Amino acid sequence: MNNAGPAKAGHYVRSVPGAGYLLVILLGVFSIFGEGFATLPNILNIGVQSSVLLLLALPMTLIIMTEGLDLSMGAVLSLAGVVLATLLMNGHSLTAAIAAAAGVGLAFGIANGLFVVTLGLPPFVATLGTLGIAQGVALVLTGGQSVVGIGDALPALYESRPLGVPFSMAFAAVAFLAFGFVVRHTRLGSYVSALGGNREALVLAGVHANLVHIGTYAAGGLMAGLAALLLTGRISSGHPTAAIGLEFDAIAAVIVGGTSFERGDGTLGGTLIGVLTIGVLKNGLNVMSVSSSLQVASIGVLVIAALVIDRAVAALGRPVGSRA
Amino acid sequence: MKAVAYRLMAVALIAFGLALTTEAFFTLPNILNVLRQASLTFLIASGLTLTILTGGLDLSVGANVGLSACLAATVMKSSGSIALGAATGLAFGALVGIVNGLMVTALKLPPFIATYGMLWTLNGVTYWFMGGETIHGFSPGFRALGSGHWFGVPVPIYVMAAFLGAGGIFTRYTTLGHGVYAIGANREAARLSGIPVRARLNLVYTLSGAMAGLAAIVYLARLNSAEADIGEALTLPAIAAVLIGGTSLFGGVGSLTGTLVGALTLTLVVNGMNLWAVDANWQPLVTGVIVILAVWIDVATRQRAEARV
Repeated sequence: MNNAGPAKAGHYVRSVPGAGYLLVILLGVFSIFGEGFATLPNILNIGVQSSVLLLLALPMTLIIMTEGLDLSMGAVLSLAGVVLATLLMNGHSLTAAIAAAAGVGLAFGIANGLFVVTLGLPPFVATLGTLGIAQGVALVLTGGQSVVGIGDALPALYESRPLGVPFSMAFAAVAFLAFGFVVRHTRLGSYVSALGGNREALVLAGVHANLVHIGTYAAGGLMAGLAALLLTGRISSGHPTAAIGLEFDAIAAVIVGGTSFERGDGTLGGTLIGVLTIGVLKNGLNVMSVSSSLQVASIGVLVIAALVIDRAVAALGRPVGSRA
Repeated sequence: MKAVAYRLMAVALIAFGLALTTEAFFTLPNILNVLRQASLTFLIASGLTLTILTGGLDLSVGANVGLSACLAATVMKSSGSIALGAATGLAFGALVGIVNGLMVTALKLPPFIATYGMLWTLNGVTYWFMGGETIHGFSPGFRALGSGHWFGVPVPIYVMAAFLGAGGIFTRYTTLGHGVYAIGANREAARLSGIPVRARLNLVYTLSGAMAGLAAIVYLARLNSAEADIGEALTLPAIAAVLIGGTSLFGGVGSLTGTLVGALTLTLVVNGMNLWAVDANWQPLVTGVIVILAVWIDVATRQRAEARV
C-alpha cells in the first residue's frame, strides 16, 4: 500500500464497521426516548431475539464474501421447523427430530451449492428457486396449518439456562465461536475470502475451490436447519411460513456489518454488530410502539443506506486490513 | 425467433396434454381465463424483462404492484374518481421505478440488492398503510378493466396486446430499444458507441415501475379488492415467466414475445394443476423447480455458445 495518506484515513474509518457507530447512536436514542428499553430484561430479550438471526447471518457472511447470496434461508428454516415439530408431534425423540431438521437444512444447502457452483447458476435466482421449493414442501406437508402439540422436551430445552445464560443465546454464542475459530484459525477462512477476491490464485494453489464454495452454502442450509430448533422452541409449534423473509434480516445484518458484495472482505465481528443493530432497531421501534410493518420498511432503508455509506467510505481510500 | 417458435410448440404440447386429460380445459371460458391470467403475469413481467435485458433485475415488481394497488384503491374509494385512483397507482409505480433507477445508476448499487431492499421497504410500508384493512367493492365501470369482456374477449387481453405491440416496436425498431440490448450485451461497448447508458438504465427501471403500477390497476379491477398481501406471490412467477421465455439473466438476449410465451406456459401449468385438482400448496414448489430449470437451460445454452466461439 504505497499511497499511505488516503489508505491510512480509509483504514481508521473502516476499522470499525459503520454499524458500530449506528448501534451506539440507536442505543442512546432508544434509552432516552423508549420507555422500558434500557432495562435488563429487555436487553436480555434483544439477545434472545437476535440469536436466530445470528445463526443465519454467520454463514450468510461467508456466502456474501464469495459474492453470492442465499435467499432460501428463511423458507428452509420454516421447513426444518415444520419437520422438527411434526416428528416431535408423532412421538419421535428430540435427538432424532433435531437431526432430521439439520439434515433437511443441510440437504437444501448442498443443493444450493451444487446449483451455484457446479451448474454455475446465478445465486440470487437459484436460491429464489429453492426458496419456492422449500416453501412449497412446507405448505404441502402441513396443508398450510400450524403443527402443534410438540410435547415438552423441546420447550424444556429452550427454557433451560446453561451457565445462567438463556439457551438460545448460549447456542448462538457457541455458533459464533465455532465460525470464528474456522475463519481465524483454519485455512478455510482465507480460502473463503479468496473465493470472492481471487479465485484463480486459490485454484492455482491446489485448493478444491469448488468444494469450499459449496461448503459455504451447505453451512447456510445447516445453520438454517439448526435455527429451527430455537424458533420452534420459542413458539412451541411449527408453522410453514414462520421464518419467511428472515433471510432479508440476515442479509441486512451482514451488509450493515460491513461485508462487501464486491470485494470478498468481511468480518464475523462486523456481522455480530450488524445483527445486534437490527435487533436493537426492531426492539427499540417496538418499545416505541412503531408497527412491525414499519420495522420491516426501516430495515429496507437501513440496508440501502449501509450500501451507500459503504460506497462512500470505499471511495475515501482503498480498503485496508478489513478482512477477518 | 426460432427459440420462441420452439417455446410455442412446448405451450401447444402442454395444452394438448391438458385437453386430452381433462374435459374442462378445452372450453372457451377456460381458454379465455388462461389468456386473461397470462396477460396479468405478462404485464408485471414485461418491465422486468427490460431490466433483465440490460443485465440488471427488478426484484421489487411484485411488492410494487402490492403498494400501487393499495394506494390506487384508497384514492379511488375516497375520491370516487376512477381516473384519479388509476393515475395514483401508475404514478406511484413509476416513482418506485425512478428510485430503483437512481439507486442503480447514481449510487451504483448492484440491481438485485437495491431492488431487494426496495421489495422489503415496500412490503413493510404496504402492511403499515393498510393496517390489516381490506378495500373492496369498486364501480362496475372500473371492474370492467379486469373482468369485463369486449367482443367476447376479456379486456386484460387487449391491454396485454396493446403493450406487447408497443413494447415490441420499442425493443425492435427504436434506437432506445436497441440501446437496451446493447447495454446488456456489452455495457462498455455500448458506452463507447455513444449510448447514454445511465439515462437508458433510468428509463428502463422507470418503465419497469410504471408497468408494475399499470399491472396493479388491472389486478385491482380483476380482484375487486385490495389487501396488503396482494403483491406477495407475484415476484417468483414474474421472474419464472421471463426466464421460461428465453430472456437471459446475463443480459442482451431475449424478447417481450418470449416473456408472453413464458407467462402462457406458467399459467397453463397452474391451470392444469387446478384442473387436475392438485392442492394449491404445490404451486410455489412447482414454480421454484421451473425457475431453476429455466436458469439452468439459460446457463447451459450460454456455455455451449461460448464453447463454440
